[in-house]
Amino acid sequence: MDPAISVRGLHVVRGGREVLHGIDVDLAAGRITGLLGPSGSGKTTLMRAIVGAQVVESGDVTVLGLPAGSPVLRSRVGYQTQAPSVYPDLTVTENLGYFAAILGSGSAQVVDAIATVGLGGLERQLASTLSGGELARLSLAAALLNGPELLVLDEPTVGLDPVLRRDLWETFHRLAADGATLLVSSHVMDEADRCDDLVLIREGAVLASGTPAELLEQTGARELGAAFLALVDGAERGGSR
Amino acid sequence: MSPGRSWATALRVLRQLRHDPRTIALLLAVPCVLQVLVHELFAGRPQVFQSLGVPLLGLFPFVAMFIVTSITMLRERTSGTLERLLTTPIGRGDLLVGYGIAFAFVAAAQASLVSVLSFGLLGLESDYRLAVVALAIANAVLGMALGLFASAFARTEFQAVQFMPAFVLPQILLCGLLVPRDEMAGWLQALSAVMPLTYAYDALARVSRGAVDARFWLDVVVVAGVTVLALALGALTLKRRTP
Repeated sequence: MDPAISVRGLHVVRGGREVLHGIDVDLAAGRITGLLGPSGSGKTTLMRAIVGAQVVESGDVTVLGLPAGSPVLRSRVGYQTQAPSVYPDLTVTENLGYFAAILGSGSAQVVDAIATVGLGGLERQLASTLSGGELARLSLAAALLNGPELLVLDEPTVGLDPVLRRDLWETFHRLAADGATLLVSSHVMDEADRCDDLVLIREGAVLASGTPAELLEQTGARELGAAFLALVDGAERGGSR
Repeated sequence: MSPGRSWATALRVLRQLRHDPRTIALLLAVPCVLQVLVHELFAGRPQVFQSLGVPLLGLFPFVAMFIVTSITMLRERTSGTLERLLTTPIGRGDLLVGYGIAFAFVAAAQASLVSVLSFGLLGLESDYRLAVVALAIANAVLGMALGLFASAFARTEFQAVQFMPAFVLPQILLCGLLVPRDEMAGWLQALSAVMPLTYAYDALARVSRGAVDARFWLDVVVVAGVTVLALALGALTLKRRTP
């Protein structure tokens, strides 16, 4: 099966500084890939390149068989930015109603999305009065409205309580089971276990990729946090040699 | 282009305003208060109000929509909603036309209210009252288009607010409202000739004098043309890919 996303030799320069140094990565379709790495490692830039929002220096990004940013992809890819990108002066339903109209979805999808992210009961509340976690979920709901084939979610679970995080991960697995491909970024290692595949990035380069089991086996570590550290240490020793 | 997406955008902008009643009150009340002030200021010389009233009525929406649009657009850019929208199927034209519809609607409400006040209570006279309101709406859309374009050059809200004195005040000073254009120094006349508000003012002044002639229609064409040009340039500043 062709990969849902294929990135080849991706270089990105931001503010005169190269932040991605030749990324090569393939993402399998119908699976949840976790994009893990510390803050500032280039996760958001890579995601922006995948959704076609990033000016790239060189390299190829192919999404669902098409060059990233192709017009037809705009209705097939859902993107949740890291900062909640919703209108603070609209209610939950008004926000989602607007994005649904843009995406060609209806009010049924709005109701579904509200239920999926657990914002039931807050429909008539202004976004500016929501908590940080509620805002993040509203922003996520906006990315779910048109049932996209690929969901690119930038740190969707940051700042959420453990119960909500578990519920959202169950939602992600349900979406993947229905055939969607998910790319989920996080800087918290304890979410790595919930992903089917992992891509670890650090300082704009891919450190390692594979299933959680493969990474544990490769490093001999007992859990993924330790595996990440072992890979960082290995890369640094390799670099200084 | 998709009329449905433009319409959805117009409704969204109007809903945002609806949740901000203070802004609505300011948008509607401030021009009325200013018009009353001008009327009282020239209480002893009613002919001055007769010549200023119509142009002022038509220029309020220009100023208001310039400010409102440049701030709204800057908020779209900085909050990430613009980036999100530009990863969806919405066309940049859909977005701009949606804004245009919403602000034309607000301008219509604003201009109608000031018209009722000016023509009904303050004794302003004109044979072309509907044309005055129509010109006010056209000027609002012009202000919106220029505000949208200007917002591309603002990084912060402080900068966006300063575009009002930078872009709008010189046009008000030179458009002919304060000093007739043919009494200005040559270089000021040349400067005013390239400012769109000069034509907006001239159209209003001609309507005010009852002189709807060929020059009036030329003014209207210039205002419409600059609006389209500013919208097109504004669309170019909405980049789907950013650094």
